[in-house]
Amino acid sequence: MAAVDTPVRIPEITAHDVAPEATGWVSWVTTTDHKRIGIMYLVTTFVFFLLGGVEALLMRIQLGAPDNTFLTPSTYNALFTLHGTTMVFLFVVPIMAGFANYFLPLMIGARDMAFPKLNALSYWLLLAGGIVFYGSLFFSPPEAGWTSYAPLSSSAFSPTSGIDAWIFLIHLTGISSLLGAINFYATIANMRAPGMGWGRLPLFVWSILVYAILLILALPVIAGAVTLLLTDRHFGTGFFDQSQGGDPLLWQHLFWFFGHPEVYIMILPGFGIISEVLPVFARKPIFGYKAIAASTVTIAFLAMLVWAHHMFATPSATIVLVFFMISSFLIAIPTGVKIFNWVATLWRGTIEFKTPLIFSVGFISVFLIGGITGVFLAVFPVDWQLTDTYFVVAHLHYVLVGGSVFAIFAGIYYWFPKMTGRMLGESMGKWSFGFMYIGFNVTFLIQHAIGLDGMPRRVYEYPDVGNLAIYNLISTVGSFILAIGIGLTVVNVVRSLKVGVKAGPDPWKANTLEWFTPSPPPVNNFDIIPRVRSVEPMKDVRRQVARQTGVAVELGADPAMSEPRA
Amino acid sequence: MTPEEGQGADDRRMNRMPAALACAHARTRRRVFTLAFAAALLGGLALATGASADLLTPESGGSSNADDIDTLYKIVLAVATVIFIGVEGVLVYSLVKFRAKKHAVAAQIRGNTRLEIGWTLGATVVLVVLAVVTFAMLGGIRTPPNSDKDGFATPVVDNIRGASAFQPRPPNGRSLNIKVNGQRYSWRYTYPAKANVPEQQKVAAYVEMVVPTKTTVTLDIDAQDVAHSWWIPALGGKFDAVPGHTNFTWFKIDKPGVYRGQCAELCGRNHADMVAQVRAVEPAEFKTWLEAKKREIDENNAGALKRREADAKAAATPAKEAP
Repeated sequence: MAAVDTPVRIPEITAHDVAPEATGWVSWVTTTDHKRIGIMYLVTTFVFFLLGGVEALLMRIQLGAPDNTFLTPSTYNALFTLHGTTMVFLFVVPIMAGFANYFLPLMIGARDMAFPKLNALSYWLLLAGGIVFYGSLFFSPPEAGWTSYAPLSSSAFSPTSGIDAWIFLIHLTGISSLLGAINFYATIANMRAPGMGWGRLPLFVWSILVYAILLILALPVIAGAVTLLLTDRHFGTGFFDQSQGGDPLLWQHLFWFFGHPEVYIMILPGFGIISEVLPVFARKPIFGYKAIAASTVTIAFLAMLVWAHHMFATPSATIVLVFFMISSFLIAIPTGVKIFNWVATLWRGTIEFKTPLIFSVGFISVFLIGGITGVFLAVFPVDWQLTDTYFVVAHLHYVLVGGSVFAIFAGIYYWFPKMTGRMLGESMGKWSFGFMYIGFNVTFLIQHAIGLDGMPRRVYEYPDVGNLAIYNLISTVGSFILAIGIGLTVVNVVRSLKVGVKAGPDPWKANTLEWFTPSPPPVNNFDIIPRVRSVEPMKDVRRQVARQTGVAVELGADPAMSEPRA
Repeated sequence: MTPEEGQGADDRRMNRMPAALACAHARTRRRVFTLAFAAALLGGLALATGASADLLTPESGGSSNADDIDTLYKIVLAVATVIFIGVEGVLVYSLVKFRAKKHAVAAQIRGNTRLEIGWTLGATVVLVVLAVVTFAMLGGIRTPPNSDKDGFATPVVDNIRGASAFQPRPPNGRSLNIKVNGQRYSWRYTYPAKANVPEQQKVAAYVEMVVPTKTTVTLDIDAQDVAHSWWIPALGGKFDAVPGHTNFTWFKIDKPGVYRGQCAELCGRNHADMVAQVRAVEPAEFKTWLEAKKREIDENNAGALKRREADAKAAATPAKEAP
């Protein structure tokens, strides 16, 4: 295809009226550019993801055979504490902030976040939290699980300072997320492109808006709870000590009052990514935009009302059990609505099986299982059998790996071209998906059966009874297949940075404004911000180009257009 | 276009995205997908056929509350299976049927209010049904039945005052009430005794709980140090043992046997080794066991008393030799 001779005048992707970007590590450390901060978020959190993954593999090796002695009990307990905490606080929550940092301003046609310096602070606090937490590896890592239940986490039963490192991490990442959330909220509320009303907000931005609100509501609670734990541990305040008028259950209520919204904090942005990717590759508008946006808000509201379903086995009044069963049922409805809407988006589309689409479809097919097993767990008598077993481990991984991680990978493959100007390798991406999808299901599907067979979670060994040995071996084998799949994407990313196909501004012919600028975008993002007339502004732009030039040239489809016209 | 850095071919492929891809890679893609889904489905089928080994259902068969939970679980499983197959089916069908083809044009549908209200209501109805079924079965799971006529002659539970709905007791108030105390890393069971018997003279056991068959056993569960969770899968669900709280559950075993379980709430490094088992014996045998155990404890107490007195005497006599 030859380069277009006469560049299309209106609208035109131009953004080169600024000084060239500074390079060198100082420019990265001191940056307040949302895109660089976004990349630092993404890289940092992905490194933590790999660390958490290695921790998981070590645990799976230990559980690969009954009565294994590969790890000591204390190492094993430290590993699942590190794994859970890392994946929640240092990977899934902040990587969503990473995507939001990079793409939220671009998607709403803003030139940066509302508070760029605060944004940089958010990142550095996150990194500090991660370093403080992993610093505990050099003395005594925490061993009380990512939930740190009192009284196990009290100074009497966890005398070493690992728990204090964990508390420090919660505080630092908590402040980081809170500042980030306020920043996202302010940016969305104030800096949208002309014409972008709430009804034209991209669905990913909707999900980040709700993510931010949930963080603002939930984080102060955990911050308070860990502060009480800290004073319990060091000043003998006894808030969680029944012998001093406190109550261990208070910890559980406070933790899950934060902890369940946290689940939706981790999954809603993933929903947002899926809602962006599917319509692009099905070449069809999202089915039921309003229903998806509304269900996001409904889920957030209900997410604040379901926390005690983590505590069905604690001493609780029947009315509590009933209320939280019903509220957990209710939250299944908007979640189901989303799945139906996504499937309906594919229906009668022309589906292009690019890697982002494949990850998104993989997401729907496995997240469905996580959603359905959630209904099992909401029925509290059934939960009495399933809670704290491998069934729950399987459920939460179907939600957070099948859900969040697959969505994150969809996001990586979808947006990598925008961030780097180069495409990720398609065939390696598909191999990566294949290994991840099969590995994931081999690892976690069988874990439902492990739990039903009576194996509790958080045990470093198990006896050779029933089918536990073979089931666990299957799960361990699966975890390595999954790891290969993730490794392939890492290789793909590193390789494509150098040799990836040039992407051009809009390689997917997508719908949202981040594609109305070169890839990677210059510091100021846009020279001209187009007026937004629908929920798919890029479609309007392409249509306008076709009308004005009389040629149905897909704007930005030609990589030559994105090259600097030096 | 001039090939840059040897990527011309790739670039061209990128530019002709929909059409080129539809032909070139359609088959591979479809195969990968079919394989992936076939693997998942086969896995599911393998699970279904192995249901006998409790692959698909929780353990049961020890006590009627565990059986009721199992039934309730199976009802949810049936509903879930239908929804799972339905949604995955439509998803797979869409992927196969609506893949990009030459000349295919995507239908520009933005929604369908009727359809959307329909599936929202549909989901609601399914969940209302599940809630109703749960409420219908809750009584049998939560409330213990009376002991059989030929069960162990159980006393009216007297060691807990102020019974409430939260604290289930059989209709006639009679049950063998055992106090279960979780402690790192063992379970202590204290059997009922006459009023005013001091704690250390009550019959108690660790790890293995011996109980009579045909008799309703109610458990008052608490913890001594950190939180634990009482769980014998075939005898019903988990009940957390939380310091400062008393949790309640029950079971009634028909046939003699041994039921194993373990602590289900992380309690420290040896959490994995905090096992528990319940051995059900005929009521007569239980009576013998209880009396023997009582004698043993009384003897031990007497012995201990003697030793303490001797020690006290020795302490009272001034020591002659330097240590």
